[in-house]
Amino acid sequence: MTITIHDLRKLPGSYMPGSAACPGCGATLAFRLVSRALGPNTVYIVPACCFSVIQAPYPKSAISAPLYNIAFAAAAATASGVYRAYKTVNKDVNVVVWAGDGGTVDIGIQALSGAAERKEDIIYVCYDNEAYMNTGIQRSGATPLKAWTKTTPAGKREMPKDMPMILAAHRVPYVATASVGYPFDLVNKFEKAKNIRGFKYIHILSPCPPGWDFPVEKTAEVGKLAVDTYFWPLYEIEDGKLRITVKPRKRPLKEFIRLQGRFRTITDEEIDELEKIVMEKWQFLEHLEKSERVF
Amino acid sequence: MGKEGKWEIITGNHAAAIAAKLSRVKVVPAYPITPQTTIVEYIASFIDSGQMDAEYIRVESEHSAMAAAIGASAAGVRTFTATASQGLLLMSEVLHWAAGSRLPIGMAVVNRAVGPPWNIHVDHQDTMSQRDTGWIQIYVSSNQEVLDTILMMYKVAENPDVLLPFMVCLDGFVLSHTYMPVNIPPQEEVDAFLPQYNPTHWKLDPASPITFGNLALPDEYQEMRWSMDLAMRRALDIIEDVAEEFFERFGRYHGGAVWKYKLQESDYAVVTTGTMASEAEVAVDELREEGIDVGLLKIRSFRPFPHRDISETLVDKRGVIVIDRSIAFSSGGPIGTEIRSSLYNLADRPPVVNYVTGLGGRDITYQDIMAMVKDAIGRITSRRIRRPYYWFKLKPEFERVEISEEVRL
Ligand SMILES: Cc1ncc(C[n+]2csc(CCOP(=O)(O)OP(=O)(O)O)c2C)c(N)n1
Ligand code: SF4
Ligand SMILES: [Mg+2]
Repeated sequence: MTITIHDLRKLPGSYMPGSAACPGCGATLAFRLVSRALGPNTVYIVPACCFSVIQAPYPKSAISAPLYNIAFAAAAATASGVYRAYKTVNKDVNVVVWAGDGGTVDIGIQALSGAAERKEDIIYVCYDNEAYMNTGIQRSGATPLKAWTKTTPAGKREMPKDMPMILAAHRVPYVATASVGYPFDLVNKFEKAKNIRGFKYIHILSPCPPGWDFPVEKTAEVGKLAVDTYFWPLYEIEDGKLRITVKPRKRPLKEFIRLQGRFRTITDEEIDELEKIVMEKWQFLEHLEKSERVF
Repeated sequence: MGKEGKWEIITGNHAAAIAAKLSRVKVVPAYPITPQTTIVEYIASFIDSGQMDAEYIRVESEHSAMAAAIGASAAGVRTFTATASQGLLLMSEVLHWAAGSRLPIGMAVVNRAVGPPWNIHVDHQDTMSQRDTGWIQIYVSSNQEVLDTILMMYKVAENPDVLLPFMVCLDGFVLSHTYMPVNIPPQEEVDAFLPQYNPTHWKLDPASPITFGNLALPDEYQEMRWSMDLAMRRALDIIEDVAEEFFERFGRYHGGAVWKYKLQESDYAVVTTGTMASEAEVAVDELREEGIDVGLLKIRSFRPFPHRDISETLVDKRGVIVIDRSIAFSSGGPIGTEIRSSLYNLADRPPVVNYVTGLGGRDITYQDIMAMVKDAIGRITSRRIRRPYYWFKLKPEFERVEISEEVRL
């Protein structure tokens, strides 16, 4: 089944009014879409991240599905325990990790790798705002080259980790990238993932107005431009076979970069350099798409 | 009393694994560490051979072992794991998380020294340093007590007035790898004693969704900690009740929060825990032969700490000798500190002499305990207790430095 705009409106999400998110929060938009695709028979495990706050403080909650908050490094292991416990009582529930990029590519990578190796039947979602936002914008292993954060005031010097490929190398049955700028591509990846047995990893680019420094009404536009400038390619790897799911609209990288204050100090020459790296990765993906298996 | 059990000669680790099986735990996340390793190996073999119906999660670290145990318990099933030393320390963050989530997870901790330097032998530094995580801690002295205590503690921990996780602490090698006769109760008797875990306080279930662990502001947080403290205090009576119920069904009693030996009318009391308490039992008999009137109070439950029982029991003593296998640097033995606080507000309190010894597996025999008791009685009768604690069984050249060290308090 493919989810269309008509379906999406009717699907009950697990996101209620009263959240504590910033206006224009991409992570929140991502959650709204994902919870509609997954439905109410879903349990969310959330490590320390912006979403610990977004869900609203006790005794209130903006989330209508069961949600358990766990320590920063532990989400994938906790979800493994939940899934195994349900297995002993034959309970079929979507067990989902909802983690930020720091909780995924940095402090949580060990537990994530272990759960992926064990092929736990869970969906691990990294909503990626490309820095530690909860603690006030510090770099993470997902922060892009040259981006300003409070711990990289002169711009980050390293490339981010390629987390979806790291997960693909674990030979899990499903890996996908997504962006809140392409909501139907996103929800349909979850629609697919919930029907696959084993470990699923979905990495959602989730623009963050305060962290990336762009106007709050431009979240969807930034998410779209990330894809259309090849900065954030959308693809999926199903049983080792890679497929590019959205063809970018061939926009210059500059359009994406210049929308955001975090790249304020970057020169035009540096954008050209960055574009070269981005296009190399794109060509590599096209090459991978032609091969029988990525891993 | 119900059906007879079966005698086997097994190690403490084997007894812990059998207890997990008899408790019908459903999920066991496991990560090996000496001297705990054979516990998780036995459980793996029970599950793979079909003797035990449980999910075994081969996690990649102890932090994940505890995190997975938390997930499983939050999903509503009985959960068990085991660790030691560095593994327990790696868990520390999530130990707090388990207790704060009010999940009655069970864990065997095989006590082992903490590095550096690497040392795989017994002391209590690992568990005692996790004192304030909100876990119940019971220390045992025999392999039978390992098995029986795990069965009992699930019943205590799952009591709606408690709902806290527990660790059963057994001395590395001295129990974990030593063979002793153990009576293994029949499964039906255990089932009758320990019904299936059925959480009513909360669980992760789409049928009744709840958000657990979100931000609690200063207006909410303190009462949550208070409720954990209340549960911990209430656990004291429940530990005793369950021990008595266990005695009625199985005919064995190891004590409740404490175990008392020849303590009733004795002048002096020696207080210790773990397998040093077994040595202390022998020491008490020998000392009484020599005409030294001493009894033993063994601490089984370090958390909750049985302050009232201790102050009532020790109030009339001429002196109390506390032997710790752990060091709170510059403060003394953790049990010594607690005993003093149990006694301090009594109008007429006995003096306390605290020894720190047996670290990293240094052997403490009943003769050592006799020597400590005699040393202590000498200090008490001559009013020469000059330090809050004394090191015992240091090598002579170190002992000399220790004695010459001025006491700066
Ligand atoms: C063990 C531990 N270290 C540090 C923190 C502080 N901390 C909380 S959230 C966070 C950053 C989260 O970043 P990310 O996972 O990217 O999520 P985001 O806040 O960006 O949504 C940090 C460093 C913590 N809670 N626990
Ligand atoms: S900082 Fe960014 S990710 Fe966090 S709530 Fe605000 S917009 Fe969302
Ligand atoms: Mg982030």
